[in-house]
Amino acid sequence: MDIWINILSGMLREAVSPQTAAVAIAVIGLNVHFGFTGLLNMGQAGFMLLGAYGFAISIINGAPLIVAVLIGLAASVVFSIILGIPTLKLRGDYLAIVTISAAEIIRFVGRSSLLTDVTGAAQGLPGSEYRDQFTDLSFFGDGSTSIGPLTYQDTGVSGWWVRAVAWTLVFICAAGIYFLARSPWGRVLKGIREDEDAVRSLGKNVYLIKMQALIIGGALGALAGMIYVLPASVQPDAMSKTLTFFIWTALLLGGAASIFGPVLGTILFFAIRVFVKGTAGAYIPDPIMSTQQTEQFSWVVVGVSLMLIVIFRPQGILGNKKELAFNA
Amino acid sequence: MPECVSTTPRRMSATTVLVGLLLGLIAPLVALTAPAYANESNASDDLPATAVCLPTPDSACLIGTLRTEVGTVPGVDLLVTGPGTDETVTTAQDGKWSLTVTETGDYEVTIVPEGLPDGVEGPAGPVKVSVASLGGLQAVTVPVRTADYSTEVSNIDYLAQSALSGLRLGLLLALASVGLSLIYGTTGLSNFAHAEQVTLGGMLGYGLVNVAGLPLLVGGALVVALCAGSGWLQDRVMWQPLRRRNLNLTQLLIVTIGLSLAMQYGFQYFVGARTVRVVQDNPEVVSFGPFTLTLQSIAAMIISIVVLAAVGFALLRTRIGRATRAVADNRALAAASGIDVDKVIRLVWTVSAGLAGLGGLMYALVVNGIKWDSGLQILLLLFAAVTLGGLGTAFGALVGALVIGMVVEVSPALGMPGDFKYATALLILVLVLLVRPQGILGRAQRVG
Repeated sequence: MDIWINILSGMLREAVSPQTAAVAIAVIGLNVHFGFTGLLNMGQAGFMLLGAYGFAISIINGAPLIVAVLIGLAASVVFSIILGIPTLKLRGDYLAIVTISAAEIIRFVGRSSLLTDVTGAAQGLPGSEYRDQFTDLSFFGDGSTSIGPLTYQDTGVSGWWVRAVAWTLVFICAAGIYFLARSPWGRVLKGIREDEDAVRSLGKNVYLIKMQALIIGGALGALAGMIYVLPASVQPDAMSKTLTFFIWTALLLGGAASIFGPVLGTILFFAIRVFVKGTAGAYIPDPIMSTQQTEQFSWVVVGVSLMLIVIFRPQGILGNKKELAFNA
Repeated sequence: MPECVSTTPRRMSATTVLVGLLLGLIAPLVALTAPAYANESNASDDLPATAVCLPTPDSACLIGTLRTEVGTVPGVDLLVTGPGTDETVTTAQDGKWSLTVTETGDYEVTIVPEGLPDGVEGPAGPVKVSVASLGGLQAVTVPVRTADYSTEVSNIDYLAQSALSGLRLGLLLALASVGLSLIYGTTGLSNFAHAEQVTLGGMLGYGLVNVAGLPLLVGGALVVALCAGSGWLQDRVMWQPLRRRNLNLTQLLIVTIGLSLAMQYGFQYFVGARTVRVVQDNPEVVSFGPFTLTLQSIAAMIISIVVLAAVGFALLRTRIGRATRAVADNRALAAASGIDVDKVIRLVWTVSAGLAGLGGLMYALVVNGIKWDSGLQILLLLFAAVTLGGLGTAFGALVGALVIGMVVEVSPALGMPGDFKYATALLILVLVLLVRPQGILGRAQRVG
């Protein structure tokens, strides 16, 4: 029984963690790209890293919090425009290859030892150097609070404050996307996803609208990056291709082109992984699978589930099969 | 469309695909299990017990390995000073050292010159290191060199040596990217898991040659056969059924991403996160003129050239090669003119996986080791090569791979900081798409 309580509380902790919230926002951004517009962005982690760098480096150099956030977002907008200009006119898989490469370029540049003074190279930037302005805003006070099995500091480095802010932002973003998707602009996006030429023949500037979608989704990615590093540190290697692939898995699990699919998908993605790892650790004897191997095993399960979802239920849990970007 | 001529039922049952998927995944990995475990014990046997420092929440570890360009240096005292610390550690038999520190801050590591063996020189001053947070490991590099080590290499020689390394890398990339391009050409699929096929080659080489002790040539041939078999199996149990299910290419692309994730962590599951080597002894080095190469590199280059020439000949001159190009050019027309498209695609998967495996095995020999993410690191170089040459053209991929290999290795010699050498290659990829999206050898056509 204890085992199960441990596993379940582990899942709950993972489900409400601020980094889960951050990834959820990145997934919402990717949903704008892929779910609504049909753009294959394989570099969402690059947008996150860029946002995180823009935010952290600005604060370390003395910028106020709000300016730092704006700088992070601006960096992602510039990045989207640079990526979009050559690729949005080309076939979808070109965007995929360019975005994944561009995200890697950012990571290589960030971890370059030439920039140690700015980005901290491969070591990254410790959270203590940029976190203070954010934690100072907290009106939660000191001390700690327990809700059920969860006990965290009220403010602290990774306490209730950052969780509250992160999840509030998740719901603000989800609500924003709800209204955007129902707006005339959102209907044009879906039109582009379904049939680009038809939308073009109606006189819409498809290129420009795709660019706007790329910018909005990318800005959400950058915001996600800022939240992702608040309770931790800016580590370029933590935001590499692999994180992008996790974001995709979470999106497809929850359901592309749905409003709450990204949020649900992200929570399930992290919670189920902890579940697989915990169960494998508890019930498979050590000689067959060591503790270290349960970790790897849980990621193998992630990979296989991604394949199975895409093959057997491409619309995910909440998605609608008619609204599927896998159409062209 | 080719589906029209196929007589088999188009919809496979869900279970068939499911079982197929799992089989395709597990089969190549199971081959690794036994050997990997066999090696666990002897890896720890031949290293002497070092007092390994384990970080706790209240302490951090400074760790390092004292190593010259020739080998590790045991028995040297290092003086570590910093907040609350003034201690001397001695490097172990394998040159490793570690020290527990309990405070964050700046530390200085000074080598005690008396302890250095004759002919080895330490750095002039102390090495500074900053511990930002407790509970982790902090690697410290103390540079030591033998006295006759010379950094004075003339620029021309350096350039020549880099160009040769570039050619070597280019040839190895070509082995993998020709296959990637053929798969793209015949099926339209951007296979993100192709890099894991490269890693698989190196890993199987480790299992069969290093652990199981087969001679390199026998083991190598077996590796290529097994990798080719894994390609055949993948197409048989996964890609062909999925083509029959009419999954579109974006879905298939994401399936390959899932496969790539599963395979990466599969490698970690069986082999761990460490770098493993295919052969245990150090390679012999030969020099001629300004060039210095290991014998293995020379062999790898010759083998790559021969194999690539054979693939090129087969594509141009044999019946099945012509059929492959016909399928790549226009699948429906090829099917209508009597070519068995599924058979051609099966062959393409088999050959591509075999080539990638060979590339991975030789990559592991040339760079002296392979890791679970070695393939992942060159994945984008492969895509850059394929895109640069022209998506779907085998010869374009060859040209693209040579260019990319050259760019990666030569750009540091031309003044590009070494950290940016991969970034340069990817930048070229982005620029190519900007000005000539069809690539060097691709046909100009509307791609949007």
